[in-house]
Amino acid sequence: MERRVFAYSVVSTGSFDDVGVVSTEIKRDLEEAGVERETVRRVAVICFEAEMNLALYTERGGNIEVVVEPEKVVIYVEDDGPGIEDVEKAMQPGYSTAPLWVHELGFGAGMGLPNMKENSDFFELTSEVGKGTKIHSVVFRRRENAA
Amino acid sequence: MTLEEVAQTVEAEFLNLQERADEEVRTACAADLLSDVLAMRGEAALLITGEAAPQVVRVADVMNIRAILYVRGKRPQKKDIVKWATQRGIVLLSTPLPTFEVCGRLYTRGMRCSECFENEAD
Ligand SMILES: Nc1ncnc2c1ncn2[C@@H]1O[C@H](COP(=O)(O)OP(=O)(O)OP(=O)(O)O)[C@@H](O)[C@H]1O
Ligand SMILES: [Mg+2]
Repeated sequence: MERRVFAYSVVSTGSFDDVGVVSTEIKRDLEEAGVERETVRRVAVICFEAEMNLALYTERGGNIEVVVEPEKVVIYVEDDGPGIEDVEKAMQPGYSTAPLWVHELGFGAGMGLPNMKENSDFFELTSEVGKGTKIHSVVFRRRENAA
Repeated sequence: MTLEEVAQTVEAEFLNLQERADEEVRTACAADLLSDVLAMRGEAALLITGEAAPQVVRVADVMNIRAILYVRGKRPQKKDIVKWATQRGIVLLSTPLPTFEVCGRLYTRGMRCSECFENEAD
């Protein structure tokens, strides 16, 4: 399989109903590109958590780019939102600034970033207050049924 | 067990895709917190949840969950969510029973935890 680049934009519409739809598209695109099931799932989970954060914490949303290569899938997430002041703190399981209504929807456990890291083989988040946040994640591909 | 047996066991009704009643489901997970579903290891065929927000069907899609069983009579409030689930091949069921009773009955009938029985996940 040759290198393929998929680009998506997540638009903050103000309505939370559509959150996750872009990630389901990503999942479908990767399946169609022939990426194996387990890799698709990990990438889709990472994208879902990213998409939710874009919808919740940025005013305008952001971009997700997924690059499929023979050995790995690389994910870039970028927004020009408020940024994160203390990245180390934000990465801690359980840390969340999500408002109450988000909790009522079953989210806001402060598990998003840790879960993205957990599903990645490489994970890097850089952020600048007032400028935005960038995520670089890599998922190594494993052939189905490989040990 | 089949989805039909699941429905009968917990007195649930199909909200869509009843034609898939014969499909086998062996593993389940129960969660109201969608973050917990997203953090799950292994694959669950069935999600048992008291959360009826639209995001539940998106999470199910991403996690390869084939059927959602809403407890306590819950169901998606918007028709287009049911339609979306149908398009993505996600079966929706709704039971009046609470989670503990649902899990107990299904466990007795052989349904297993998707995270404890990862190898059996289909
Ligand atoms: N793109 C972003 N821009 C600004 N702040 C962010 C962004 N992503 C995350 N954060 C901050 O980091 C915190 C932790 O994020 P994380 O995704 O781990 O948890 P959460 O979104 O609060 O809850 P969950 O993801 O479990 O639903 C958020 O509450 C928010 O304050
Ligand atoms: Mg989050």
